[in-house]
Amino acid sequence: MKIRSKSNDKVELLMTPMIDIVFQLLVFFIMSFKIVAQEGDFNVKMPLGFSGPGQPDLSAPVPLKVRLVAGPDGSIANIMFNDQSFGTEFEALRNRVISFLTPDRTPGSGSDNTEIELDCDYDLHYEEVIKAITAVSGYVKDNNEIERLVERIKFSPPRPPRGG
Amino acid sequence: MKLVKSHSSGIQEGDFTPMIDMVFQLIAFFMVLLNFNEADVNEEISLPLSVLARPPDGPIEKPITLHLRNDGGVMIGAESVPTVAGIKPYLRFETDQLTIENKRPRDATVIIRADRAVPTGKVQELIKVCQEAGFEKFALRAKEEIRGH
Repeated sequence: MKIRSKSNDKVELLMTPMIDIVFQLLVFFIMSFKIVAQEGDFNVKMPLGFSGPGQPDLSAPVPLKVRLVAGPDGSIANIMFNDQSFGTEFEALRNRVISFLTPDRTPGSGSDNTEIELDCDYDLHYEEVIKAITAVSGYVKDNNEIERLVERIKFSPPRPPRGG
Repeated sequence: MKLVKSHSSGIQEGDFTPMIDMVFQLIAFFMVLLNFNEADVNEEISLPLSVLARPPDGPIEKPITLHLRNDGGVMIGAESVPTVAGIKPYLRFETDQLTIENKRPRDATVIIRADRAVPTGKVQELIKVCQEAGFEKFALRAKEEIRGH
């Protein structure tokens, strides 16, 4: 029986097609790559019965009222918390909410049961509402953690547009 | 004088291994960072900023994304309607889809991506139209604001 001797020639892999494909993949991912800021949500739970003329839910706690008044250009003109005015400073609103919640900030109570109702002018820029929601929802501590304040937020029935 | 033969007759082969290593690492880097979930992103809308806007921990159950433009027009998916009231047939379609899946509208979350300059009244009108269609859970979307900027 004849035994085949192994040839000493090296088996060469063709690298060119693989490199072609790999570079095409790389170009695709580089072209598709886009740096975008992260987005997040503020949750609002509003069943229909809330804004309608039906029976009110007597078991629900009385919400804290935050009134946002719009200026002529749609920017914030006045912030009111339970009929107390804070000018245009959302920081002052946050401090007021913190001081309001302080006695109840024990686990399982306090902010979990607190609800805030936003009463906004029709023409107020939406950006101002998000600022107000941010102010009452919490703040970022020095260690970059979020301290939550009030998480239950709802809107009052919409006001009519100015002059409408 | 004897001349030394400077060129060998064999083919010189470069070592591709380090280059391929690097290229694969680059591909892996871009693959991981690439966000294919840009179907929800609409360039026409400039979201309001908030330091508390952090991505949710888990996926949102049955999300329905509505884009509210500065001119009061609403977009749902690829469809665009000029007024808030025009969204009703699309919401009916969404509720029908939920019914087929044995879900109720209250199980879904309506994500509202409204422009920062849109009047708040328009957002409230949009919420009201959704409420009338049976939706209860809303998520007001904002873009993360980096502190110190």
